[in-house]
Amino acid sequence: MATKTTAAVPDARGHFGPYGGSYVPEILVAPLDQLKATYATAGRPTPLYHARRLTEHLGGAEIYLKREDLLHTGAHKINNCLGQALLVRRMGKQRVIAETGAGQHGVATATVCALFGFQCRVYMGEEDMRRQSLNVFRMRLLGAEVIGVNAGSRTLKDAISEAMRDWVTSFETTHYLLGSALGPDPYPRMVRDFQSVIGSEARTQFQEISGGGLPDLLLACVGGGSNSIGLFHPFLKDESVRMVGVEAGGRGPLLGDHAARFSGGSPGVLHGTYSYVLQDADGQIALTHSVSAGLDYASVGPEHAWLHDEGRAEYVSSSDAEAIEAVRLLSRLEGIIPALESAHAVAEAMKRAPNAKGQTFLVNLSGRGDKDISIFRDNMKDLG
Amino acid sequence: MTRIEKTFERLAKANSRGLIAYITAGDPSPSRTVELVLALEKGGADIIELGVPFSDPIADGPVIQRAGERALRAGTTLAKVLDILRDLRRSSQIPVIVFSYLNPVLRYGFKKFSRDAAGAGADGALMTDLNIEEAEPYLREMRSHQLDTVFLVSQTTPADRLRKLSQSSTGFVYLVSRAGVTGVQDSLSEHAITLIQRTRRVTSLPLAVGFGLSRPEHMAALAPYADAAVVGSAFMRLIEENREQPDLAGRLTSLAAALKGGLALKEKAS
Repeated sequence: MATKTTAAVPDARGHFGPYGGSYVPEILVAPLDQLKATYATAGRPTPLYHARRLTEHLGGAEIYLKREDLLHTGAHKINNCLGQALLVRRMGKQRVIAETGAGQHGVATATVCALFGFQCRVYMGEEDMRRQSLNVFRMRLLGAEVIGVNAGSRTLKDAISEAMRDWVTSFETTHYLLGSALGPDPYPRMVRDFQSVIGSEARTQFQEISGGGLPDLLLACVGGGSNSIGLFHPFLKDESVRMVGVEAGGRGPLLGDHAARFSGGSPGVLHGTYSYVLQDADGQIALTHSVSAGLDYASVGPEHAWLHDEGRAEYVSSSDAEAIEAVRLLSRLEGIIPALESAHAVAEAMKRAPNAKGQTFLVNLSGRGDKDISIFRDNMKDLG
Repeated sequence: MTRIEKTFERLAKANSRGLIAYITAGDPSPSRTVELVLALEKGGADIIELGVPFSDPIADGPVIQRAGERALRAGTTLAKVLDILRDLRRSSQIPVIVFSYLNPVLRYGFKKFSRDAAGAGADGALMTDLNIEEAEPYLREMRSHQLDTVFLVSQTTPADRLRKLSQSSTGFVYLVSRAGVTGVQDSLSEHAITLIQRTRRVTSLPLAVGFGLSRPEHMAALAPYADAAVVGSAFMRLIEENREQPDLAGRLTSLAAALKGGLALKEKAS
C-alpha cells in the first residue's frame, strides 16, 4: 500500500514514470502534435447511489455506486466523446473515426457526431459485432458507418489497429476519437482529464453525504482504463483512500483465457504507448478473453501501469462467472442491471465487503447492461 | 567503411540508384527466406530490409499484414529471423537492415538484440514505431555494436524534426513517400519530391524513398531525385500470389530486375 502521495501527472512527453510516451509510425507525429496543441480544457452530474439492499445482503462495508450507467448513451464513454468533439470542431476537422469494443464508445462517438454534424466511422471487431449487436444497430441508427474488422482476434485490439491505419491516411481531414486512456500522448491524459469528472463529482457528493468524509475504497473495472482512472485520479492525493482496479479474469489464468494485464502481462509497446501488455515470450501480443467485450484488450492505460508499480492502486481480477453472478445480484437487490464490464467491479466489492464492516466502498457503475442481454440469456439458462 | 556506405559509394560511382527490397522473413516459411533473398539479390537488389513479423502491424496494409500472419503461423520469431540472417551470410554479403515493430525487440532486449544482430551479420535496423524521443536506450546499444540506425521521415515532418531524425540516422534516411500504410499505389506523389528536396537540405546521407512503389515507371520518376527506392508490398504480393509455384524465386528475380532497370538514369536532377 502506498504511503506517499502520487500525482501521476505525465511529463511534457506523456510519461507516467517510464510508461506512456509515444510510439507511432512517423507519419502520425504531426497529427498528434496538432491534437496536443489544440487540447490545452451529458446527463451530468450522475447520482452517487447508496446501495442499501446490497450492503445489507453482504453484511459488511457500506456500498455506494457512482451511476455512470445513467448517462446519456448508457455509459461513461460520452464524457470523453463530448470533450474530444469540441477539439474536433476547434481543429476544423469534419470526419471522426473510432474503435470500439463493447460498442459503448462507438455509440457515444456516433451520438456526438450526430450532434455536431461530423461524418463518423467506427471500427469494430467482427466477434464483438456479433456479441454486442444491439450497439451495432444503435450506431447505424445514429448515422455512423460501422466497419467490421476481420483480422487477428476480431476484437478490440484489431479494431484499434484498423482505426490507426485509417488515420495514417486520413489525418488531414479526420480526428481519431480514441475511446480510452490508451494510445500515444496526449490520449491517456486527455481521456483521463475528460473522465475525471466522474471522480471529482463523486468526491464532492461523498463529502456532502458523509459530512466531509472520504470513502475507504474505490473499485472500478479496468479495460482500457478510462472509467477507472476517471474515478481514481481526483482521489490520488487522498492518502486514506485505497483503490482497486478490477480486470477481466475470463475463464482462467492461462494466457489467452483472460485479460488480466497485471497478473499475466509485462511492459511492452502496443498501439502507441508503453504499458503492461499480455504478450508471449517473443513479444507477440497475446489473444485475450473476457465475457465482456469492453475489458477484452491486451494492454492497459499507462497511468494504471504507473499506479500499479507505485503501489498506489491495486489490480485484481474477477472471472466471467463472478461477473455474471454480480449481474444477477445487483439486478435482484437494487433493480440495476449493470454492464458486464462494470459487474467485474461489483463482483470484487462482493468479495471484500463482508470482511470490511465499518468501511465504505465506492464502486464505479460504468455502464448499464442492456447491450449484454443476449449474453446474459446464454449464461442464465434458468431464467429461460 | 560500413557495408551500406560501400554500397552507396559503388552506386554513386556508377551513377546508379539503389534498389532496397523489403521482405517479411518467414513468409511463406522460414526455410524459404534465404532462397528468396538470394533471388532478390540476383535481380539487382542492393540492400535488403528483413521484416520481423508482428501480431499487430499498425503501419502495414493488407498485403504485408497477411505476410506477417503467414510468417507467424510458420513459427517465425525474432530469434528465428536472426538465424535466417546467419544462414544467409553463408552465401551473401548483401547489406541487411532488420525491420521491426518495437515490441518484439523490446522483449528480446536492446542489448541482446544489438549483440545478436551484429553477430548474425546485420548491418543495421529500423524500428517502425520507435519515435526519436524514446530512442536513447536503443541508439546506445546499436551504436555500441556499430549497427546502423535508420529512421523514417514523412511529408508532414517539420524542418527541425527532419534535421533531428536525419542526424540520428546512420546508413541512410528512409523517406515515406505518401501518407499511408504500406501497399501498392498507382503513381508517385509530388509530396515525395518535395520531401526529398527538404531532406537534402539537412543531411548528406543517402536518401531512400518508399511506401507504395511497385512499377518501373515509379522507379524512373524517382531516380533523378533519390539515392534509392524501397519496394516492399510489390514483392510480398508476388510472393503471396506465387507461393505454391515452383518458379517463385525466378519470378521474384524478374520483378527485381525490372524495377532495378527502371532506376537506371541518364543524369541526376538537383
